[in-house]
Amino acid sequence: MIKNTVLEIRQVKKYFKDVKAVDGITINAVEGEFIALLGPNGAGKTTLLEMIEGIQYPDEGEILINGLGWKKHEKELRAILGISLQENHFIDRLTVREVTELFGSFYTLPIGRIDEVLDLVALTEKQGALTKNLSGGQKQRLALGIALLNNPKIILLDEPTTGLDPAARRNIWEILEKLKKDQGITMILTTHYMEEAEYLCERIIILDKGTILAEGSVHELLQQFDLSEKIVFVSDKTVTREMVPDNGLHALTQNENTYTLRIEDISSYLPSFLAAMKEYNIQYSSLECRKMTLDDLFLSLTGRSLND
Amino acid sequence: MTNLLRQYRQLFLAYVYEFFREPEVMLWTLLFPIAISWILGIAFSGERSQLVNVAWIQQQATTGSFVQKSFSVQSGHTLIKDSNNVSSSIILGSKSEGVIRYRFIPATPKTADVMMKKGEAILIVNDYPDSANFLFDPGNAAAHGAYLQISAALAGKPVQGVSVTKLDVKGLRYIDFFVPGLLAMGIMSSCMWGICFGMIERRSKKLLRRMVATPMKKSAFLASIVTARVILSIFESAVLYLFAWLYFGMQITGSIPALFLTIFAGNLCFAGIAIVLSSRTAKSEVGNGLINMVTLPMSICSGVFFSYHSFPDWIIPIIKAMPLTTLADSVRCIFLEGAGFMDVAPAIALLTGIGVITFSLGVKIFKWY
Ligand SMILES: Nc1ncnc2c1ncn2[C@@H]1O[C@H](COP(=O)(O)OP(=O)(O)OP(=O)(O)O)[C@@H](O)[C@H]1O
Ligand SMILES: [Mg+2]
Repeated sequence: MIKNTVLEIRQVKKYFKDVKAVDGITINAVEGEFIALLGPNGAGKTTLLEMIEGIQYPDEGEILINGLGWKKHEKELRAILGISLQENHFIDRLTVREVTELFGSFYTLPIGRIDEVLDLVALTEKQGALTKNLSGGQKQRLALGIALLNNPKIILLDEPTTGLDPAARRNIWEILEKLKKDQGITMILTTHYMEEAEYLCERIIILDKGTILAEGSVHELLQQFDLSEKIVFVSDKTVTREMVPDNGLHALTQNENTYTLRIEDISSYLPSFLAAMKEYNIQYSSLECRKMTLDDLFLSLTGRSLND
Repeated sequence: MTNLLRQYRQLFLAYVYEFFREPEVMLWTLLFPIAISWILGIAFSGERSQLVNVAWIQQQATTGSFVQKSFSVQSGHTLIKDSNNVSSSIILGSKSEGVIRYRFIPATPKTADVMMKKGEAILIVNDYPDSANFLFDPGNAAAHGAYLQISAALAGKPVQGVSVTKLDVKGLRYIDFFVPGLLAMGIMSSCMWGICFGMIERRSKKLLRRMVATPMKKSAFLASIVTARVILSIFESAVLYLFAWLYFGMQITGSIPALFLTIFAGNLCFAGIAIVLSSRTAKSEVGNGLINMVTLPMSICSGVFFSYHSFPDWIIPIIKAMPLTTLADSVRCIFLEGAGFMDVAPAIALLTGIGVITFSLGVKIFKWY
């Protein structure tokens, strides 16, 4: 089945005085797709998202949503998008319900939609609380609820889980997964957390300095860059390439007394590696075997960590 | 249309709830004008027993003092040593003209100079055995008055054919002058701070940005803020008037509908100006500065606390052109002079005009993100 393209971003650029915030980005999203924009601070995620939201305008390039552009179809587009900004402050001294009703009044909503949304984001019990008294997770859920008021076909979320504890984060993930399953919604979110990108999105776009560094599913990305798995350990003795087995070894790197082996497959490599260590009588500590993550990928692409 | 109204209604309610849920702010905006009118009303009413300090330089103290001699001979009063054993006082005047105590503080030319500079004394007397010489700033009306009263007492001859009657009629007290001005100033600051602060806060917290990312009608948003503020400010005016009426027995002698329209127009005017001031910045410091730049000169010059007729002639037309002057004068006219609608119609038109023009300008240059 061929899915409709709902979002086309073509060669979009946005320069500020001294930074190229977004520097020629092209993305197509099909219906029902969840896309994560992953990148460090200042990568241009917010700028790109806000251009899609029609809050900022590209210097160059074109953005079409359902084939419509912002210049001529602002009104239609505002009605079908659901957005949540990176900074979410609502009016401090209004209650959750009042804020939801206020935003609800901007759309034409069926009766009962407010209750439905409050229920969806699990804020029904909190509907009488002033927004200034909400916890971080509740605030983010309120922002999400407001983004969902108009039953949007496309939602654009800017760091919807930043600053939340793992449980609260999972909470939001579950709401989003449910939307995907039940309504076939299309979503673009930005995040600093690779687990979030891996967990929620079938496509991950890694941004840095306004350009796309890499893109694909987690699996594809890791395959593409041939960085499947690794073993890390600490040793006071010098370990050289000759000492470790050669079957499926990509690289051995050393950082002070921490060594990293990049290998094809941990399960076949580990036994021979341990045997070799014994043979050379190398004492090791903090031995760690793991699959490569997007952070490793980012590190190898840019030499910097994602969360710097 | 119903859509627009629904948006307007929710935005309006949001603004009003926000106001009433901040008790401190509400208390300040309501109580401050009452407190200040109470204090000033008390301070400038009742028996005036004033004290005027005179720097008294006795040039040849051993040979004699013209001042001391003349007082006891001419007016039957004498300078009496104060309990501090340093200065001496004489009380001049009468009940009808007000009683003033003149305190003569012995001084040398040098200390007299310092006293003048510090504002401790407003008059210097060089006292010789057979004459006295006064030194004061001729631009200082109080000093001039003091000189006249002292010199008349020294001469001891009341002016023939002149008498004084005490004036204390409602409508002529300071409080009668002050309350209408305060009402006008209250409208100005309520609109300025009320609109600008909320707006700047919403902009800096990216709430405006979030709101315009919905199909919200911008006109509904702006209209809701202006109308909510106007209603709150009319409410504040009513509270202040209620106090002035109950406590000071202040009456409105003119047309109440005309007063209402004037106040309404004044609100529109300042709401429009507030929209312009808050149309671009996201920084509250900038907002503060802008508001002060506009309101401070008007608060000082527009005849809220004292009549602007004591300003130099050339500046009066400029003062009269200020919106706060227009508003304060019209409100005062209705309160005190029994003015009707026709008397204040030009002012209402002017204020409304300024409001409409500034509002449209503000909307044009308004920055939502
Ligand atoms: N209005 C602006 N004026 C000038 N520079 C800007 C403006 N907005 C963004 N930038 C710059 O553009 C770059 C990209 O910013 P952007 O907010 O899109 O990053 P981001 O990926 O969202 O970062 P973060 O993870 O910190 O939210 C940054 O260098 C930022 O300083
Ligand atoms: Mg951002």
